Amino acid sequence: MEQKNNMSAEEFLKGLWKENPVFVAVLGMCPALAVTNSAINALAMGLATTFVLVSSSLLVSLFRNIIPKQVRITAYIVIIATFVTVVDFLLAAYTPVVHKELGAFIALIVVNCLILGRQEAFASKNRAGLALADALGMSFGFTFALLCIGVIREVLGNGSLFGIGVFGEGYEPWVIMILPPGGFFALGFLLLAFNGVTERRKNKAKLKDLN
Amino acid sequence: MSETNQIPAVSPVKEPSSFRLISALAIAGLFSGILLATTYSLTLPRIQANKEAALKNAIFAVLPGSADYIILKRSGDTLEEVRLGAGDNQNEEEIVYAGYNTMKELTGFAIPGEEPGFQDIIGVIVGYDPVLRSIIGFEVLESKETPGLGDKIFKDMDFQQNFTMLKVEPEILVVKKGQKTRDNEVEAITGATISSKAVVVLLNKSMGAWVSVIDNYMKKNDIKLAGHGAKK
Repeated sequence: MEQKNNMSAEEFLKGLWKENPVFVAVLGMCPALAVTNSAINALAMGLATTFVLVSSSLLVSLFRNIIPKQVRITAYIVIIATFVTVVDFLLAAYTPVVHKELGAFIALIVVNCLILGRQEAFASKNRAGLALADALGMSFGFTFALLCIGVIREVLGNGSLFGIGVFGEGYEPWVIMILPPGGFFALGFLLLAFNGVTERRKNKAKLKDLN
Repeated sequence: MSETNQIPAVSPVKEPSSFRLISALAIAGLFSGILLATTYSLTLPRIQANKEAALKNAIFAVLPGSADYIILKRSGDTLEEVRLGAGDNQNEEEIVYAGYNTMKELTGFAIPGEEPGFQDIIGVIVGYDPVLRSIIGFEVLESKETPGLGDKIFKDMDFQQNFTMLKVEPEILVVKKGQKTRDNEVEAITGATISSKAVVVLLNKSMGAWVSVIDNYMKKNDIKLAGHGAKK
């Protein structure tokens, strides 16, 4: 039991940092660049993706022995597309403003390679508990990454955070940060910072080993 | 893909029959269909209510003092009241909305319109006062204009101010900021000339299409406007 928990925890944690889908695997770039022009949009996209990934992984893992290998990709896509459409309806019904802002990018969650990738690489080979942990970790890692980009872009590009002004009247926003190039700038600098931190940790670990 | 799958054919695992493959996908499709149909029917009333509320808010915003509205459809050179359910396809080119205040008096007409802007279609709704022959309100329903520049068509209060009392005859003109001298001129947004012009083109188009029809409708049915129209 103890070991089981440890394994789940490990699968959960790897998605947050070590195998972060955006900063390490560089997956899901389309939503990471396109809908992160404000923190709230980034968060909504992250949560919508979380819902789809977690539900799909759970289902794929439960039915992993029933789905024939030859049609597995088709089956995964059917499952993923179903949950995406469900999320689309739910957002339109309960948060129409967010739904309008995200627009076509909700439907495009279907083709987020992060989701299909986790089904093929993990959920289809592991039991439901692990698949759930993996999906949760990956989605939170994804949401965290999107939120980082969204916060940077909104603060610099609009002088606000979650719609609340942070700099006061005198601040002249860097409009470019909420335009498409701003997505690339923010992502580029975040990747730089992320890799810098990882590199330093590695070097430290190496030094320890040598000693 | 088939090649990699055929390599383990030597292993004792038997290839599943086509029937199994087809039935597996059919079952997946069936469940997907059931789930989608359920979600759709559960969320539909809310989604439609949201849409209606958004439209209602826009109409009331461009026609100050309104508390209710009716839908009018173009028929020949006049208008006819129609009742449309939320599910009906509302072809916006053919429809205007008439606002009424709590005393059941007409407050004006809300006219929807669309025009390509700098990035994508700009969708607006304008309030029109047929007695003052002026636009008395303006609301952007849909726009993907550049944040910080073109989106000032709905964020910039100075630009919005253009539409609190704008004569529509002989036609609406665009002038540079600070050069407005007449009642039918709109001050463009500095740095967003294309978006500003798109809005004015749109307004001229919809006024050209609707003003005479609305006049006919008012005359034919002998409808009077509440007070003298716009209350500011």
